[in-house]
Amino acid sequence: MATTPYSSAPRTKTGIRTAEPPNYECLDTAQVPTSFRDKALREGNSPVSLAIYLLLGVYVGVLLTQSEVVSWYRIQEMFRFQSFHMYGIIGSAVAVAGGSLSAIKRLGLTTVHGEPIRLEPKQWGTGRIPGARYVVGGSIFGMGWALLGACPGPIFALAGTGITVMFAALASAMLGTWAYSMLRPRLPH
Amino acid sequence: MNGMNPLPWYVAGPMIGLIVPLLLLFGGKVFAISANLRHLCAAAIPESSRLKPAFLRYDWRKTGQWNLVFALGLVLGGVLTALVFGVPDAGASISDATRLDLAALGISDFSGLVPESLFSWSALGTVGGLSTVILGGFLVGFGARYAGGCTSGHAISGLADFQLPSLVAVVGFFIGGLFVTHVLLPLVLL
Repeated sequence: MATTPYSSAPRTKTGIRTAEPPNYECLDTAQVPTSFRDKALREGNSPVSLAIYLLLGVYVGVLLTQSEVVSWYRIQEMFRFQSFHMYGIIGSAVAVAGGSLSAIKRLGLTTVHGEPIRLEPKQWGTGRIPGARYVVGGSIFGMGWALLGACPGPIFALAGTGITVMFAALASAMLGTWAYSMLRPRLPH
Repeated sequence: MNGMNPLPWYVAGPMIGLIVPLLLLFGGKVFAISANLRHLCAAAIPESSRLKPAFLRYDWRKTGQWNLVFALGLVLGGVLTALVFGVPDAGASISDATRLDLAALGISDFSGLVPESLFSWSALGTVGGLSTVILGGFLVGFGARYAGGCTSGHAISGLADFQLPSLVAVVGFFIGGLFVTHVLLPLVLL
């Protein structure tokens, strides 16, 4: 069996469940079939690949700032339904991404390295209330988004524009992620 | 350079949407930025620490390196905006209604991308600055991982793939966001 990032996790003394189901949610790594994954990870970490990911990041970072998506004012405007700007951006981004995804699927396109592309469907979860994590976690995230006026991408881009206090927000977001990781076995999923 | 107009939504939105097929076609990667918070935590806490839960025990170098480099690109994109392209004046280009609402909450300067009265190191000592930057950051980090994604992972990548859980998460984003905007924010800013 091919190894996944999770199956090698060691067991802790605290008895916290360690064996993550494969592909549980590391959305950013598991989009090619298991048999291709090691090859994909190897290619993805080559210097040339990393340079391309850096450039793609710069591309998105410039767009997020130039379109004011990173602005606290714009997020306030969005949550007050007082402008179409943010809805237009998210809506047209989803439309272009969705059209491209269906084209990729219909044409059976592969990555440039030849791996088949297959998107992992998100799981409803096994708790008593399926999807609880999406409602509760989503609401917590939404509260943070409205307070900070920035989701994770804009945190990075704003810090780059010279608003260095966003590094404090980043540290706090890491603390939030860590707190979730500690509480995770006790939270409904 | 300040005071520029924003890129219109019909230019910025489609160009942002293109990142989804670009990442998939290049490396089979999904546009999902909040995973970096997990990678950063996994990198920051040593393997031997008892404070490193199972969720953070994985090979972050192997699986997360590309995304961390992508996030570094986001920072550089911000630098490029500040140094070359110019920072748009969001406070001036938002709708009058929003400016009136925010003025009623005590926001008085509308220059740049964020109000300086909340987003500066010295403001961290105030209830407003602490709530927006530190509490807001914490909830973003906690909620994104609990929900399994943020705006990029759920609202863009997930919705584009017609994933119903992502739609539920986006509804959650608005439940939380509307609560903060209309209930919590007046309490912490006034």
